[in-house]
Amino acid sequence: MFKNVGIIGYGAVVPRMRIKLEEIARVWGKDGAKVSAGLNVREKAVAAFDEDSCTLAVEAARIAVRNHDAARIGALFAGSESKPYAVKPTASIVADAIGASPDLTAADLEFACKAGTVGMQACMAMVASGMVDYGLAIGSDTAQGRPADALEFSSGSGAAAFLIGKNPIVELIDTFSFTTDTPDFWRRQHAEFPQHAGRFTGEPAYFKHVLSAAKGLFEKTGTTAKDYDFAVFHQPNGKFPLRAGEMLGFEKEKIKQGLITPFIGNTYSAASMIGLASVLDVVKPGQKIFVVSYGSGAGSDALAFEAKKGIEAARQPEAVFDLIGRDKVYVDYAVYAKHRRKLKTL
Amino acid sequence: MRHALPLIWRKSLERYRLIGCSCENCGTDYFPPRKVCPKCRRKGKIAPKQMPTEGKVYSYSLVHAAPSGFEFEAPYHVAIVELANGVRLLTQIVDSDAAKVKIGAPVKMVFRKIFEDDCEGVIAYGYKFKAV
Ligand SMILES: [Zn+2]
Repeated sequence: MFKNVGIIGYGAVVPRMRIKLEEIARVWGKDGAKVSAGLNVREKAVAAFDEDSCTLAVEAARIAVRNHDAARIGALFAGSESKPYAVKPTASIVADAIGASPDLTAADLEFACKAGTVGMQACMAMVASGMVDYGLAIGSDTAQGRPADALEFSSGSGAAAFLIGKNPIVELIDTFSFTTDTPDFWRRQHAEFPQHAGRFTGEPAYFKHVLSAAKGLFEKTGTTAKDYDFAVFHQPNGKFPLRAGEMLGFEKEKIKQGLITPFIGNTYSAASMIGLASVLDVVKPGQKIFVVSYGSGAGSDALAFEAKKGIEAARQPEAVFDLIGRDKVYVDYAVYAKHRRKLKTL
Repeated sequence: MRHALPLIWRKSLERYRLIGCSCENCGTDYFPPRKVCPKCRRKGKIAPKQMPTEGKVYSYSLVHAAPSGFEFEAPYHVAIVELANGVRLLTQIVDSDAAKVKIGAPVKMVFRKIFEDDCEGVIAYGYKFKAV
């Protein structure tokens, strides 16, 4: 059904500024080392004053389409929960900025942290059916956390884009999704920051959906963890994905390459997608990749891929681990509050 | 600061993608795009053209007293960037250490928010440059 359909280009971006969790903890009178160790997150990426989920989406999209004719993109989906406009698509701005418009369909998608992988599924189905030549799926967020809230310690900024087409460099083997109405995290219309249900976000939310989607895909494809070389999970912190992986039988070594949250925080819609981009930076032809996203509300998309011959030539110019390590600037809480407009007058 | 919405929209191709123009008669590139080639006048033939997205700093200044709408970004660099085809444009330089912003420094285009009317207004996006 998905024969010869998959990823033909990809790109990830991370803003330049970082704030250490210890610095956030200092402001709120918490033990920084303890918070950092508890979440397995050292620092998070901070989008600048003139960046938002739209500018990050454009930057990631430009990298993903750099070797392809953007005019062949027939569908573009921008996934985010931190849209600059409540009404007015980011997708049409991206389409114009990369030269994909006007002959395409486009929309913004929202499903907390998994809107990006839903876009990938939609693009793959549209390419497989012959409805479009190329589809572009983006996950992009400048994640919001209320000052002093637990989420503020992990909510990061970043984006990843995947160009979907035929003759892929990373072929889709199959996909399986699991969705239920679970109110673990939400943000009401006009509310500035999301609310969450504390400890409720673990077992009945993240783990139930990630494990169910993963097991569903194992069953559908007749595979187990042993059949895959890499596993990427949604990563609201640095601990959940390791635990989910262990429960499914993945060794830590298979998860490390796609575990990015410890260095940039939870980038929401981009989190599992930046993890996948990091795996594509190193995967060899013939190796298999298992990806499970998670979006509060709640649902998970599991996707299984196999890397193909063209992968080496199609790697992004700057690997995710280079983006994380190179050219970063640490800011204190005051500068962070200015750039993220947490001051009332901004 | 209220900006004219039609102006923001009309300029989106040049601001998003650095689409300028070229005179097919004499081969000169222009950015921002022109309606008439000043060299060829009536003989000129103007067509849209993608400008190179890389160049070097021709001249720069560090802005401390920013105009309204940019106060919170100060101090910031503005520069005249000379693109690979020789065309020069005025732009903000972002994401770059001050030590890297020098005459002749190589720069590349990035996509950023330029300004917004107010918290309920339209957002103008477009090019800025960063040192590479
Ligand atoms: Zn001319």
